[in-house]
Amino acid sequence: MEKLFPKLQIINENGEWNDETYRGEITEELTKELYTKMLRSRLFDRKGVNLQRQGRIGTYVPFEGQEASQIGSAMAMGEGDWMFPTYRDHAATMTFGHSLKTLFLYWKGRQEGCIPPEGKNIFPPAVPIASQLLHATGAAWAEKLKGTDRASIVYFGDGATSEGDFHEGLNFASVFNAPVIFFNQNNGFAISVPIEKQMKSKTIAQKAVAYEMEGVRLDGNDVFAVYFHTRTAVERARKGEGPTLIEAVTWRYGAHTTADDPSKYRNQDESTSRREMTDPILRLERFMKNENMWDEKWAADLQESLTAEIEAAVKEMEETPAPHYNDVFDHVFAENPWPIESQKKAYAHSRGDR
Amino acid sequence: MTTAVDTKKLTMVQAVTDGMRVMMKEQENVIVLGEDVGQNGGVFRATDGLVAEFGEKRVIDTPLAESGIIGTSIGLAMNGFKPIAEMQFLGFIYPAFNQIMTHASRIRARTLGAFTVPMVIRAPFGAGVRAPEIHSDSVEALFTGMPGMKVVVPSNPYDAKGMLISAIEDPDPVLFLEPMRCYRSTKMDVPDGKYNVPLGKAARLQEGDDVTVFAYGAMIDVVMKAAKTAEEKGINCDVIDLRSLYPLDKEMIAESVQKTGRAVIVHEAPGTGGLGETIMSLINDTSFLYMKAPIERVTGFDTPVPMFALEDHYLPSAERVVQAIEKVTQF
Ligand SMILES: Cc1ncc(C[n+]2csc(CCOP(=O)(O)OP(=O)(O)O)c2C)c(N)n1
Repeated sequence: MEKLFPKLQIINENGEWNDETYRGEITEELTKELYTKMLRSRLFDRKGVNLQRQGRIGTYVPFEGQEASQIGSAMAMGEGDWMFPTYRDHAATMTFGHSLKTLFLYWKGRQEGCIPPEGKNIFPPAVPIASQLLHATGAAWAEKLKGTDRASIVYFGDGATSEGDFHEGLNFASVFNAPVIFFNQNNGFAISVPIEKQMKSKTIAQKAVAYEMEGVRLDGNDVFAVYFHTRTAVERARKGEGPTLIEAVTWRYGAHTTADDPSKYRNQDESTSRREMTDPILRLERFMKNENMWDEKWAADLQESLTAEIEAAVKEMEETPAPHYNDVFDHVFAENPWPIESQKKAYAHSRGDR
Repeated sequence: MTTAVDTKKLTMVQAVTDGMRVMMKEQENVIVLGEDVGQNGGVFRATDGLVAEFGEKRVIDTPLAESGIIGTSIGLAMNGFKPIAEMQFLGFIYPAFNQIMTHASRIRARTLGAFTVPMVIRAPFGAGVRAPEIHSDSVEALFTGMPGMKVVVPSNPYDAKGMLISAIEDPDPVLFLEPMRCYRSTKMDVPDGKYNVPLGKAARLQEGDDVTVFAYGAMIDVVMKAAKTAEEKGINCDVIDLRSLYPLDKEMIAESVQKTGRAVIVHEAPGTGGLGETIMSLINDTSFLYMKAPIERVTGFDTPVPMFALEDHYLPSAERVVQAIEKVTQF
């Protein structure tokens, strides 16, 4: 099966060409845009970890190492399409339009962190594993029923493929030919469980075969491979040719969450030493140097302006006024039924408020 | 006469581990399974060290699938094993709800006892630890309302170990709920070997004549604070830790309210359909003529547990409990 699903690559670990199909489209402008987005999300991610350590936000879920998978795929989606992220996919959602402030608010335990910007079809992060695959399928199906050419993309990890919802999502999408991209980030671990204990199959892409849909396995640290192959899947979906399962093989350097200690189950030195080979930002930098697109001053300025943007977002997050307790009560139904209304009144009364 | 028993100071989560260890030593067929329970020792370290001691055949990292974990545990339990299945958080039990509702809880009844499911489902639960969304649900009533399930909640390390041992020895499926807020909040002397705290029995934590306060799990701490404040105001509370939510300890509930004539029931789960309603009807059935005041409830709201910036509003506070105590005593 592994042979049937080779790991597609456009640029190799040294930043050299492996597949020149898209040479004409890989312009300096596109490359710089991808690089900017990846660096932006990495700086955001490191800030998230730091803020958690300082007690300024709650548990945070880092993604360092997975930037190419998330950004390459999000870049392939268009205005009006749908995105269904997990708790880890901030690089994808910020690329698709979420503000950094909103993302920080989410990890500050604020309900506002679930609200997308006006006109952006971004679902709240799915915390229960694999539950979102069916929503993506439903939303895509709706677009098909409405006769548009819009598509859905849904993110999930390797562990998620064990849940019933994964199989139900793929099956529904296949039966109803829904325009949905199932985007798997295979980082080899579901918390402590390595992929060999998660499944006997050698690839995730091969699971597409059972559902008679396209399955693609690619190097998830090669942002070009992710971008162009996802774009192809989106084009297929728009033309009514159905869903695609994409397996992006990647690696996350850090902990599962800031509440987790990976040294219990994984050799962290190995993780660090893999960086040379797997770091998607480093790879793009090498490519840019090879292609004479790299400019030290540009890179330094970029670092500075992105840092400033992130600091501003942190400030905005921290200056957001505390929520009112009525938010607990007022959004469960369109109109409060009497039990909630009386609980709300009783609570206000217990505090001496009116 | 006292018998010397070796004890260790343990947190609740360590007591849970110890309970499993004792039973795994005693009975070959006791196995532990779930997500990350092996090498990682569970996300809360409740299974820490068990894989090293008992091996990967008895402490099993499963694929990430709650319906799969519970469904296969049912088969294992029907065929000679005693599975202790860990749900990482109670809020992730929903994919397994179908298996628990349609099979675990009713195989004995469906087969007139020909097949049984002696298994334990362990699940951390409750709010107040600033966990992300869905991790903080208190949905015990979904299971107390499920015919065929026993549901228990310890509130301290001693009870946790003794009740877990009883749950493992129980011939029927038991949902063993572990309040996250109690996992590491206190240490307590816990006997080294095997001992039982029976299921179905409540515990009186404090004697008082004026009002009975019922609670369980993480709410015990809140209620004890409230009882202290009440005492300063001259009101003496009989504080009952329910421990067993299904079945409830009918005798102790009746005995206490017949003495005090007043009751306040506290739980963080939503009020509607919550355990408070069942306790009220039990009091009505057993002790109506003894009551001097209508029963008060202090509960979570009929809303999802909010994200943690708002969770302190959701959770019953000692102040709200004191207000309820005053209300029933001043009636
Ligand atoms: C239904 C459900 N069960 C358990 C969990 C707890 N949990 C959170 S993340 C995780 C591992 C997920 O692994 P994977 O799908 O590979 O995604 P990754 O976190 O590696 O991106 C688990 C078990 C959950 N969130 N939802």
